[in-house]
Amino acid sequence: MKTFKIPLRYVPIAATISVFCVVYLIGIICYDGFGVLSIFDLLQDNSYLGIAAIGTALVILTGGIDLSVGSVIAFTTILIAKILVAGGNAFLAISLALALGTLFGFCQGCLIHYFSLPPFLLTLAGMFFVRGCAFVVNVSDVPIKRDAVFDFVTDNLSISIGSEITISFYVVVYIVLLIAAIIFSQRTRAGRNIYAIGDNELAATLMGIPVGRTKIMTYTIAGFCYALGGVAFAFYLKSGYASHCVGMEMEAIAAVVIGGTLLTGGVGYIFGSFFGVLVLGLITALITYDGLDSCWSRIIVGLLMLVFIFMQNMITKISKSKSKSH
Amino acid sequence: MKKMSNKYRHLVWPLASLALLLLYNAFFTEDFFKVYVKKGNASEQTQVVGKKDNTPAAQQPVAQPTEQQPPAEQQPVAQPTEQQPPAEQQPVAQTAEQSQPEEKDGGFSIFDYHFSGTPVLILKQGSEVMLLAIGMTLVIATGGIDISVGAVMAIAGAVAALLMDMFEHQLPASAMETGLYWLIPVFAALLLATLCGFWNGMLVAGCGIQPMVATLVLMVSGRGMAQLITSIGRSKPEQITFQSEQLAFLRNGYVLMVPCCLWIVVIMYIIAGLLTRKTALGLFIESVGNNEHASRYAGIESRRIKWLAYIICGFCAGMAGLLTLCDTKSIDANNAGLYLELDAILATVIGGTSMAGGRFFLSGSLIGAILIQTLTATMIANKVDSSIIPLPKALVVIIVCLLQSPVFRAKVFSLFASKSAKGGVQ
Repeated sequence: MKTFKIPLRYVPIAATISVFCVVYLIGIICYDGFGVLSIFDLLQDNSYLGIAAIGTALVILTGGIDLSVGSVIAFTTILIAKILVAGGNAFLAISLALALGTLFGFCQGCLIHYFSLPPFLLTLAGMFFVRGCAFVVNVSDVPIKRDAVFDFVTDNLSISIGSEITISFYVVVYIVLLIAAIIFSQRTRAGRNIYAIGDNELAATLMGIPVGRTKIMTYTIAGFCYALGGVAFAFYLKSGYASHCVGMEMEAIAAVVIGGTLLTGGVGYIFGSFFGVLVLGLITALITYDGLDSCWSRIIVGLLMLVFIFMQNMITKISKSKSKSH
Repeated sequence: MKKMSNKYRHLVWPLASLALLLLYNAFFTEDFFKVYVKKGNASEQTQVVGKKDNTPAAQQPVAQPTEQQPPAEQQPVAQPTEQQPPAEQQPVAQTAEQSQPEEKDGGFSIFDYHFSGTPVLILKQGSEVMLLAIGMTLVIATGGIDISVGAVMAIAGAVAALLMDMFEHQLPASAMETGLYWLIPVFAALLLATLCGFWNGMLVAGCGIQPMVATLVLMVSGRGMAQLITSIGRSKPEQITFQSEQLAFLRNGYVLMVPCCLWIVVIMYIIAGLLTRKTALGLFIESVGNNEHASRYAGIESRRIKWLAYIICGFCAGMAGLLTLCDTKSIDANNAGLYLELDAILATVIGGTSMAGGRFFLSGSLIGAILIQTLTATMIANKVDSSIIPLPKALVVIIVCLLQSPVFRAKVFSLFASKSAKGGVQ
């Protein structure tokens, strides 16, 4: 009994990984077109969600929440498409989009911190705001015109393994960003400050942790992540539309929750959200394979969230009773 | 006097914003305040009534008899079948824009005429958010939040539509004309919505899960369930439509010249107001929102109070879902009530209810809901593209929130220099 015991804080992430493995195995056994290599397709289809989920995970770790994900992605796609159609450079378009996303995140962070507005409410308003801005840029759908930079990026920066598998550059970006975020959250002072604030903001303030700076930084990083997710989405779908990704904020939050992060903040790993995104993508993919309607994927994701929330709740209770008994 | 102003202080900013909007409309939007009295069949029109309003903008429109054309929209009208007790006429005036007829001619039958015009339309279209705001206010007052109401609306609408569709295909025509069969879908929808609220309450109060997380589950899966319901007896989820005018009367009919859905809203507000302000329930809710543990030690069943708030919220969402269904006599599980939970939360917060819980103002929520809808109507009247509407909405919300934020007030009022910083709001 004592030989193999996972520390309590790793239980959610272990559960996420095992859910992923089980669903993946089911997929391989039951569906013909679904092989071991489908993981690359999964990454391909979900990397934009993954990039955005990194930002959401960081914000949730501070105990906040950010609902502006989908809107920022839509705004980024339409902005890039519009600039390219107007004859601009893809490099310029992408850097402008990233800068605007970062600025937006910074503004949100400042408003939340300096005026102590509830994050839920403010990012809700931010969501409407950016969605409106996206429609101001252009109301209708704009296909992305390829230019030299765009071609260079899509053709030369993707990695080919064998003849069948191509890893697009945005998957590479996602993996790199993921590793950077894991190192940032676990191994740097700022990253640990995020955990401290999420766990108990008052205590963190009393300890002398720069709460305001850390919070604003987190929302800024999140804004950057969403914009980068938007760039990935633009390359993935090759179209810009202000109605893209409606409701994606809930997908991102679901990925983070299934990835084992506590929505009250302070507990969880960025690494978990990677598997959260994969589980979400896998469920959607399998349901499509099966020919079932997409409503089932919503129900299953909801149930999965419920299971994880219950598990988190139990773990919190257990660890509390443990710390009391000591 | 001072006591008065304290009691109504939470209403100052929302009312001021609303007044500002109405003032703008008085000058820049034609016929914004015109309230017509239209005959039931909408083909002939008898008199035009000027609108009494308690806002400064009220002087602008003047009653102009007979020359005015009715607005382009003609609502399908059913014959009124219900009578409201006259005692309920009174509270209608409290909805800031409600109009009163100035005079009634001889031979003027209250059953054949109804009000029409932009203010009535605004109230009519805002009725869902007003209903949602009741439940949301109570839930937020307990320190929680319910982000599943949009999905619950879709579920309620889907169930009612499915049952109506089944009845219309299977019941004989004679039963259709006479029976009160349309009550069954209504009750089924409300029951299911209340069950959804019960489920949310169970997760929050029973299992102690954080409210946003607990209701997120139903928000994500609820829409899937609604789609599943609309796919019963069909190959895939699709829009369900029904023909019956009897159920649609809830939304499109008129009782005592006022749209039926407004009566529903008014009655619900009166019930909620009486429940919370004339019984101890309101006090309990506020005390639970302030400090759950302390109120439990004081002998209040915190859990039950919270649970009840979520159940009421579910019920209100069910009602709103029915109204959405009746609006077009069809339900699209994917889009019914989409983002309305956000509107409801905004209405509640604009009305002065604190997100932290502990105090709530139903009247404020009502005004908040009207404010949101007026803003939308203003922009539509000014030919703003409907997809851009979220932008100014967000700005108004941010400004109202900032004005209500004690930190912001302290900063602005103490340091006038920092007033320019307000312009930097995104």
